[in-house]
Amino acid sequence: MASGHVIKRAKYKTSVKDPGTAGVLKMAWDRLIFTPNHPNSASKLDVEFRFIKGHKNTKEGSNKPPWLNLTNDQGGSYIFEFESYSDLHICRDFVGKAIGRSGDTPAAASGKTDASFPEEQISTAELELRIKLLRENSELQKLHKQLVIGGILTEAEFWATRKKLLDRESNRKSKQRVGFKSAMISDIKPATDGRTNKVTFSLTPEVILQIFAEKPAVHAAFLSYVPSKMTEKDFWTKYFKAEYLHSTKNAVAAAAEAAEDEELAIFLRNDDILAKEARQKIRRVDPTVNIEADQGDDYTHLPDHGIFRDGGKDITELQHELYRRTLAHDLNRHAAVVLEGRTVEVELEDTRTVAEALAKFKRVESANEDSDGNANQGRLERISRITEIEDLQAPHGPPLAPLCIKDPRDYFDSQQVNAIKASAVAEGKKSNLSSREAYGSLRDSISQTKQMGLHNPVVKTKDALQVFNALSHDISRTKYDVGKNPQDSVLDKLPSTTKEQLLHHWTSIQELLRHFWSSYPITSSYLYAKVNRLKDAMSQIYPQLEEIKKSVPANHKQHVSVLVRQMHQALDAAFQHYDADLQKRSAKSSERPNGFA
Amino acid sequence: MKFEIEDVTVYFPYDNIYPEQYSYMVELKRALDARGHCLLEMPTGTGKTIALLSLITSYVLSKPQSPLKLIYCTRTVHEMEKTLAELKKLHDYQVKHLGPAARILAVGLSSRKNLCVNPRVLSAENRDSVDAGCRKLTASWVRALAERNPSVPTCEFFEEYERAGSGAVLPPGVYTLQDLRAFGKQKGWCPYFLARHMVQFANVIVYSYQYLLDPKVAGIISKEMQRECVVVFDEAHNIDNVCIEALSVSVRRQTLEGATRNLHRMEQEIERFKATDEGRLRAEYQRLVEGLAQRGDLRVNDTWLANPALPDDILKEAVPGNIRRADFFLRVLRRFVQYLKGRLETENVEKESPVAFVASVTNQAGIDQKTLKFCYDRLHSLMLTLEITDTDEFLHIQTICDFATLVGTYARGFSIIIEPFDERMPDVQDPVLQLSCHDASLAIKPVFDRFQTVVITSGTLSPIDLYPRLLNFNPVVSRSFTMSLTRDCICPMVLTRGSDQLPVSTKFDMRSDLGVVRNYGRLLLEMVSVVPDGIVCFFVSYSYMDEIVNSWNESGILKEIMQHKLVFIETQDVVETTLALDNYRRACDCGRGAVFFSVARGKVAEGIDFDRHYGRLVIMFGIPFQYTLSKILLARLEYLRDTFQIKEGDFLTFDALRQAAQCVGRVIRSKADYGMMIFADKRYSRHDKRSKLPGWILSHLRDAHLNLSTDMAVYIAREFLRKMAQPYDKAGSGSKKTLLSQEDVEKMGDGSLNEMLY
Repeated sequence: MASGHVIKRAKYKTSVKDPGTAGVLKMAWDRLIFTPNHPNSASKLDVEFRFIKGHKNTKEGSNKPPWLNLTNDQGGSYIFEFESYSDLHICRDFVGKAIGRSGDTPAAASGKTDASFPEEQISTAELELRIKLLRENSELQKLHKQLVIGGILTEAEFWATRKKLLDRESNRKSKQRVGFKSAMISDIKPATDGRTNKVTFSLTPEVILQIFAEKPAVHAAFLSYVPSKMTEKDFWTKYFKAEYLHSTKNAVAAAAEAAEDEELAIFLRNDDILAKEARQKIRRVDPTVNIEADQGDDYTHLPDHGIFRDGGKDITELQHELYRRTLAHDLNRHAAVVLEGRTVEVELEDTRTVAEALAKFKRVESANEDSDGNANQGRLERISRITEIEDLQAPHGPPLAPLCIKDPRDYFDSQQVNAIKASAVAEGKKSNLSSREAYGSLRDSISQTKQMGLHNPVVKTKDALQVFNALSHDISRTKYDVGKNPQDSVLDKLPSTTKEQLLHHWTSIQELLRHFWSSYPITSSYLYAKVNRLKDAMSQIYPQLEEIKKSVPANHKQHVSVLVRQMHQALDAAFQHYDADLQKRSAKSSERPNGFA
Repeated sequence: MKFEIEDVTVYFPYDNIYPEQYSYMVELKRALDARGHCLLEMPTGTGKTIALLSLITSYVLSKPQSPLKLIYCTRTVHEMEKTLAELKKLHDYQVKHLGPAARILAVGLSSRKNLCVNPRVLSAENRDSVDAGCRKLTASWVRALAERNPSVPTCEFFEEYERAGSGAVLPPGVYTLQDLRAFGKQKGWCPYFLARHMVQFANVIVYSYQYLLDPKVAGIISKEMQRECVVVFDEAHNIDNVCIEALSVSVRRQTLEGATRNLHRMEQEIERFKATDEGRLRAEYQRLVEGLAQRGDLRVNDTWLANPALPDDILKEAVPGNIRRADFFLRVLRRFVQYLKGRLETENVEKESPVAFVASVTNQAGIDQKTLKFCYDRLHSLMLTLEITDTDEFLHIQTICDFATLVGTYARGFSIIIEPFDERMPDVQDPVLQLSCHDASLAIKPVFDRFQTVVITSGTLSPIDLYPRLLNFNPVVSRSFTMSLTRDCICPMVLTRGSDQLPVSTKFDMRSDLGVVRNYGRLLLEMVSVVPDGIVCFFVSYSYMDEIVNSWNESGILKEIMQHKLVFIETQDVVETTLALDNYRRACDCGRGAVFFSVARGKVAEGIDFDRHYGRLVIMFGIPFQYTLSKILLARLEYLRDTFQIKEGDFLTFDALRQAAQCVGRVIRSKADYGMMIFADKRYSRHDKRSKLPGWILSHLRDAHLNLSTDMAVYIAREFLRKMAQPYDKAGSGSKKTLLSQEDVEKMGDGSLNEMLY
């Protein structure tokens, strides 16, 4: 295997039922070749590994023969039957490596990983995802090849900066969760056939789930009655009968019906489970909206105290209160359920499973509720945040300066200044100009201005005009070049090879720089090694850029040089920082001979 | 920031201050200096509470020789929590700048139900059962019994608190109810009794209005306060109604039946005591001969609702001879209940003055005025003697005695109204005898008399000259502040016509008109599609809200509304309403958006804020007039006309518009906030109605927005929201600054500030 190819006897089968063709399977890193024993046989095979997407095999101990199944990217598959399981295992391992290699997988590069970096354990799923990403994005693949295979970056480092890409990829896999509809379920309108008095309701599992979520009593009744006591159909018939009684708003009739029919009463009565839940929830409610607490504090509203019958208060009918359910109540309940969102993730097929899944979820939830202790703290923090008057004080959070790069050159120049400054500080070269000296210099310049007067412009008019003309010409020319078509850029005018080269260099420089700057400050020897690697890689790119500059035809030279200059500047800043840091480091390590590296 | 107002250094916990807050503090300081009462109206959303708290605490800090106590009264428990949260922030700031010298003790006080930590007691449903549950475990005789017999249950938290004795104190700091409970749990002390005890030593006390206004509660909680107190009534626009409610009692058939049962039970108890422990009854008799002043000796955990009438003489006088003996007293009560039963059996509405009523009681039941006056205290004493712990069972007889004492004490300012049925439901027999108070000044008078400075403040106190008349006091400072806005962040509109250009109104003859209902529905539907986040709708009453929502549901408008936003409704069930509010906030937080339907005189309108994204638009459907045919309201109007020369119409309009203003005023929290207000009724366009709105709303009500139809309102809303989305300069531009920095405040003396503001 280490030699880079494997040769085994095997039978090739086009499908599971196919008896197979005996022959020899030969696998190298890039391709696999099957040669049948019978030279005339049609089933000769020569497949490159980059077309192979996955592999499966039968398990030892199962009563199946040792099969290896390779799937290609067209969805087809090649099945090989080996003589023994040991052969199968050898081949399987090889295939795994080969597939990985063809997709530039870590298998090739991991050998070079610096040992001090914590070896990450990646799942196959993630591995596949990475491979997929590389396949889809040729640019990424190129970059990967250059940096990872080239040993400049490790696999983990490369992907660490692309976490987002991986996350998004995996997010896309989980479907977006769908919430409940805003519409109320009372909107299910029955269908009538127009001839008889019969009405038909059509219930979908979706609607049933919503009914269960909004009416725990119905849910509980379903679990206990169906199917032991009544059929599902009877259950829903009763339910809708109860709903009809509600809609007539005739509490007396509802009470009478409920007295006769015990099961019907469950649907008509107010929901005890809800009431209990409400009592529990009220303890966790935001105290700034808790009206219930007032009631505990309100001594004037003792029964019979205060004014009982004035215009301000409304009258309620107390009779049959048990069977009165108001629209307001339904609306509140519905909105609360919608807000909670759909909590059950099951395939909506069978009413029974829906009901059970919901019940299971409720149990889990109530168990969670008992254990949450720090909810109170969060609530208190929220109150204090709410009570603050926001515009009387500076905004919360760390102070931020908006990042605004109008001209990348400015940005990198300032970065360079920063780098120099950092080194200056490191060397202790602080400017120790006293205020007296500063004042002196200022006074000199003032006296100079006094002597010369201000009517003499600093720059001669003629020179200024010249510069102005040159500049406006320059600007208008660029506009002429660029402005004809907004999509049109300078790059498009270049020969395509140069353009591609430039773009590639640009992305790799970006990648390298990103790693370079993110590894400062250097806190471990691992980072130190990494920075060295990166610096070497960057210094290799430098002359390549020069070459591009030389190789382009003269008419494009200027554009290219502008582009290359930017890259050079970015690289220069990095080198400068590197050197400054190195100096600082060596200065330090001379004091402390045991320094690293 | 830190600045000087005359001789006081004010510590204000923010970097900037609104000019209104500054001048509010200046006025408040004048009142404190003059040791008089004051009346201040400042728009909501300008930080009244924090301005008040920081001035008063700073005032106390700069004058350590005259320790002032601050009693801060809020209408609701949740406002109490908010106030304490602000105070906490302020306190942290002051301690940071002044060191431990600035430390104060501030406690919030509430009922047992909100403070109890004993799980066994807390499992009870309502307040009265919690109270009774607590007494069952903590009453002195129960504890005495438990000492002898360990199987008698007691409350471990109370026992622990008693054992700690004088060592049981709260360290300085600001305690919300939540903090008190946490502290109590940690120490194992009862938070309720601890807080009650600490009230005497606290620098700041925050509690509900009733602890000061309702004599039943005030007698126990607030009697030991010194004169050097600053009493603040926040959100006091309804203070007259609270005062009136505190002194009103109603008696129904159920009450009398319950009272009869109570009397029966007490009689049995007396018999039992006569047989076993007659000495106890005799001791009580002896105590009563000496006078009720003895009551002060009773232990704190035994005290119970005190006398509803405050006159001091009642405590010094001896209880009349005919009710000193327990069984005699019961006989008197029985006669009284019998008499009331007779009065309830009436066919017609009757109205009587207390004097006439007392005369008729004396004639027919043989109970004179003085006896009536002592009923409440006598009952109290008897229940203690009989060792009754399940006080929630005895509410009915308490009501009767409460009624008797009030009738016996006050000769004017009350009337007794007996109604055989509610006018709105004439076929349901439900007789009620109501003792209704008309004079708000009666309940608040002791407060004005006893305390040095009383501050009445709210966002809506217009017209500001009416309140001193209603409450009968002389403020030394009475000011109404306008709001200086950086940008026009409030947008009031009067909508008079619907989308079909027909007028909309909740006038009695129009409110059920289908066209009006549909127009209101279309208005809301258009608005939910334009306005982001939260919308609040106020209706004039529960019944009207029910009617209109049902009608929208049938016509499908509700379904369309729900396509845009979730719908939540206030109901008369407070638990459900609280949950609905909580969910509403979550829906606004998560970006789903929601509409909240509420009632103008309901609990939500009273004190829930719909600031920031919780309320970008408030729609007031109609004018929330009181039910004008109510007998009690008519009697009150008559009284107001005769005593204060306030016209009926004026008072009704004033009352309706202060409610409306209160409803819409809850959208703004700060100058950075913004919100729209729609008054959807054609009557708002009339000057006599509109002009009663507070000045800060009127000044933003443009003439062009006085007579809108739905389509125009939607257009204005779009424009407004677009304008509000633009960035702006927070500090205000030009000469009119709307946000002052430390520098600004220092730069100008108080003179130049006023110039800049007005």
